[in-house]
Amino acid sequence: MRGAYAVFSKDLYSELRTRYALNALLMFVVVTLSIILFSTAGEAVSPALSAGILWVVIFFAAMSGLSRSFVSEEERGTTMTLQLWVKPSAVLIGKLAFNTLLLYLLNGLIVSAYLITMQSFKLQTPSIFWLTIVLGSFGLASASTFIAAIISKANSKGTLYPVLSFPVLLPLLMSVIDATRLSVDGAAFYEAIDDFKIMISYAVVVTTAAVILFDFVWRD
Amino acid sequence: MKTWLKILLGLWIAGVLYFGFAMPIGDIPGLGEKARIIFFHVPMSWLAVLAFLMSMIYGILYLKDRDLKYDIKSSTAAELGFLFTILATITGSIWAKFNWGSFWNWDPRETSIFVLLLIYGAYFSLRSALEVEEKRAVLSAVYSIVAFVTVPFFVFIMPRIMFSLHPGGGGSAAPILNASGKMYMDMNMRFVFYASLIGFTVFYFWLFQIRTRIGILTYLESLETEQ
Repeated sequence: MRGAYAVFSKDLYSELRTRYALNALLMFVVVTLSIILFSTAGEAVSPALSAGILWVVIFFAAMSGLSRSFVSEEERGTTMTLQLWVKPSAVLIGKLAFNTLLLYLLNGLIVSAYLITMQSFKLQTPSIFWLTIVLGSFGLASASTFIAAIISKANSKGTLYPVLSFPVLLPLLMSVIDATRLSVDGAAFYEAIDDFKIMISYAVVVTTAAVILFDFVWRD
Repeated sequence: MKTWLKILLGLWIAGVLYFGFAMPIGDIPGLGEKARIIFFHVPMSWLAVLAFLMSMIYGILYLKDRDLKYDIKSSTAAELGFLFTILATITGSIWAKFNWGSFWNWDPRETSIFVLLLIYGAYFSLRSALEVEEKRAVLSAVYSIVAFVTVPFFVFIMPRIMFSLHPGGGGSAAPILNASGKMYMDMNMRFVFYASLIGFTVFYFWLFQIRTRIGILTYLESLETEQ
């Protein structure tokens, strides 16, 4: 556990020092939202559609930000050092904690910008929406951290990342989009229970598989 | 495979093709004669899933024993699984055109087979992006396991939550995929169905054996040229 905390704080400090990911992601969100706003200007976007668009933005923002956790270790050649100092599971848990934090920050940013700029996106049942963001972000961080570990060893990392992540993430994306649609349609809380069950079981299954399999990915 | 077995298999599948169209089948409400797609669509889907499962099991065996032959078998199963998934998609899509009125409509079943195609596609792009054989074997095995643990969400959970028009969804009449887990087919239909299932499964294993042999020989040859 101490190893995991050390990896987490190392990533946090190096991020706070350079602010590479945060700055780039901030601009990414601004650019993506501008494209959406330009292309939908003057159009009546239905609430269901705006729920889908929100998760498209979140998915691609995660895809451009989260791969760095492992790719940067490979690029800077620090993988070996980490392998020497901490247990594989500690590396995974530390990286997962950092990516989860990063994704929560990022999603907070995306959601608040989205709520302000998208006219048709009005929350009718906020409880469903916020729980979806909390559970969905964790599942997203968990699957994409593990896929990042896989692609960091491959060529053409940037293109491969969304390609490998999408099929694995799809059950999660379908349930979060469905729950978000329910929250803007004004459904009652209990109607989204099935979606929450999927999100929770998805997070549990993927995180467990990731912890078990990470040994194989990490060891050379 | 023995020559007589190959000839028998050829005759067997020819027989399945003939009887699949010619054999009178009992009436199934809502499906009628269109239910004949069962003879071709269901074996393809079954083999797609079987190949995917075999690919993952050989992947696990590779992680355990580190024998590159398992990796060759794993990728061979994935290649064949991809082929059968495409065939299942095409046969299903043709049927959908005549039963639902459009080739593709994002029904939960259609979504799940599309995801299977995506997983195979991602698996092959991952393999082509890794040059070192051992690394490729390990990472593709790990990816196929992670992808496989998410498959139950599509196959079992999604169609229950979302309304599906596929036979068996929403309580409609279904010869195979229904809630009670029984098969509703008359004797004729059952006979052709099992014959088709057996024929195509043997065909799959024959293909698997040939492709594995080619893969292993190519690998051994590459070892010799290196030395």
